[in-house]
Amino acid sequence: MAQTLFDKIWDAHTVADLGGGVHLIYIDRVFLHERTGSVALKSLEEAGRPIVHPEQAFCTMDHIVDTFPGRGDETSMPNGGEFIRTTRRAARAAGITLFDIGDEGQGIVHVISPEQGIAQPGLTIVCPDSHTCTQGALGALAWGIGSSEAEHALATKTLRVARPKNMRVRFEGQRQSGVTAKDFILHLIGRYTAAGGIGYAVEFAGEAVRAMDMEARMTLCNMAVEFSAFTGLIAPDETTLAYVEGRRYAPKGAHWETAMAYWDGLASDADAAFDAEIVIDAGQVAPMVTWGTSPQHAVPIDGQVPDPASEPDGNRRKAMEGALAYMDLTPGTPLAGLEIGAAFIGSCTNSRLSDLRRAAEILKGRKVADGVKAICVPGSTRVKKAAEAEGIDKIFTDAGFEWRESGCSMCFYAGGESFGYRQRVVTSTNRNFESRQGPETRSHLASPETVAASAVAGRIADARSLAGGAS
Amino acid sequence: MMQPFRELTAVAAPLLRPDIDTDVIMPSREMRAVSKTGLGDGLFAGWRYTAPHSREPNPDFVLNRPDYADTEILLAGANFGCGSSREYAVWALKEYGIRAIIAPSFGAIFQNNCIRNGILPITLDESVVAAIAANVAPAPQSRKLFISLVDCQVRTPDGTVYDFTIAAQHREMLLDGFDAIDVTLKHRDEIAAFEAADQERRPWVHAFPPGD
Repeated sequence: MAQTLFDKIWDAHTVADLGGGVHLIYIDRVFLHERTGSVALKSLEEAGRPIVHPEQAFCTMDHIVDTFPGRGDETSMPNGGEFIRTTRRAARAAGITLFDIGDEGQGIVHVISPEQGIAQPGLTIVCPDSHTCTQGALGALAWGIGSSEAEHALATKTLRVARPKNMRVRFEGQRQSGVTAKDFILHLIGRYTAAGGIGYAVEFAGEAVRAMDMEARMTLCNMAVEFSAFTGLIAPDETTLAYVEGRRYAPKGAHWETAMAYWDGLASDADAAFDAEIVIDAGQVAPMVTWGTSPQHAVPIDGQVPDPASEPDGNRRKAMEGALAYMDLTPGTPLAGLEIGAAFIGSCTNSRLSDLRRAAEILKGRKVADGVKAICVPGSTRVKKAAEAEGIDKIFTDAGFEWRESGCSMCFYAGGESFGYRQRVVTSTNRNFESRQGPETRSHLASPETVAASAVAGRIADARSLAGGAS
Repeated sequence: MMQPFRELTAVAAPLLRPDIDTDVIMPSREMRAVSKTGLGDGLFAGWRYTAPHSREPNPDFVLNRPDYADTEILLAGANFGCGSSREYAVWALKEYGIRAIIAPSFGAIFQNNCIRNGILPITLDESVVAAIAANVAPAPQSRKLFISLVDCQVRTPDGTVYDFTIAAQHREMLLDGFDAIDVTLKHRDEIAAFEAADQERRPWVHAFPPGD
């Protein structure tokens, strides 16, 4: 019987059918971070439950660790040190590989897992972090879980999971110049809503996805959770194998050959049936920016704030009105031209070397507008060093950006550093939720190019008008 | 063991806005300790208090209104609990006293987190959730909602009964208050057998350090 990529990985990991659509699924890799992993490790210790395969679990410090130069265990977030020290002590006691502050392997979990070859095609990977779907870009089945589920995975090497349905989202044709994977995913969510993927494992496919490099694919899969999908994934191909080969935790020697043969079968069969399918003309996707407090509040950058009056459903209309009041916007206002107070490039969505290179192309020879606080936080220590080797840090700092140590930083506000009360921020992150980046901050999600162009303009700006660098 | 859920008669409060995310349910700034407790005061902090760092109740927020004192059931909009995986959101709901949530749909991670913590997530059509909310609204304290997980039914004060479905596995876990890890470890032999076969099938996955 014809199978999808998801079906194949799922079936290869099914230990038992528990009935009612719930299966006991074997988990190949568990990743933890100090924000939600700390409590899982502590809880396991308190219950006296051993971790059955600590060598297949990994841990990093990314969420609340500061990104200032010279950082240590103490954080600008109150009591962050407790999270960091608990995580370190418990990870070491359990024998889990820890990418600690100061290690060259440190970084945002969904950046370093692929970077080190921990994420591989066909693996099941879980982490108590919703953006674990990012790693589906490698052709893995990777999804976010709660802390208790992380305990379960560590203590049993399995999870009890309700089997999701299959959806395929095909981006056919070629993307326009200046349009990125971030714009693709915002386009999808803007058109099919933030609930459009509920109950589905979403395979991204089509000519425009095949044409993407691995880092763009990670950006695409990263926001599958903003579509409320169980996860997103992309069939491994030559691009994937070229990316994985030679990385620290990638299979070596004979194992590499065996793995390659196995991975060759990891694609949806030509006649596999999907429960739902969406086809998008990649050529019709424009650079996107959000206006509201949900990622579905996304419009093309030359678009306008929509009018809630056009929404027939009462609760949805009220939600839109609430979002407009929160964002201090009125219907009909063009997004381009909105004055900003801050610009942020970073997060598991858009903080990889290619993201920084593209933003640097815009920033080269230009200056951040007066009054705009602009920050770049590389996704990993390796990304930071690689960018510095190319002189990208200099381009950012010459333009007036702060250049930070790696971490999640101000993708979210944990009570420490923030963009400030009601500040308007254009950001390469994934969530524009209320108070996500600071107390009542107003976040506009966009690509790194758009963030860079907006930082220069001091208002939301279309990067295509600046592409190619200043003369 | 978690608290078993069998039947409940309680005050139900409406939060019908769609796409309420876990950042709203439990802002990150309220997650201050490596602990599953001490979180109830942070629940809905952005909406519940008058300012981001105050504890002065916002009188307009539904859970602060006297009519909704002792709320144990939330009537929510679609995609409730979307966004971040933070289980702190569920721990905060639990500590506040919420025992069941009725919504047209849930964020997947949030829904699992509820089941793991003894909170019953009930999925019903948007029109049904609206009808339940309308039925309770005139006098929330006296018009309590009845939920039976034994019979998989919700009954409104006027006697209307709505059947709901929930995965048999999830129902059993909630009814008995079992710890999922204990239940899964009964499959220990099957897991070991799977692992042994998988080491033959995918040797590179089990080789540490890689390449050996």
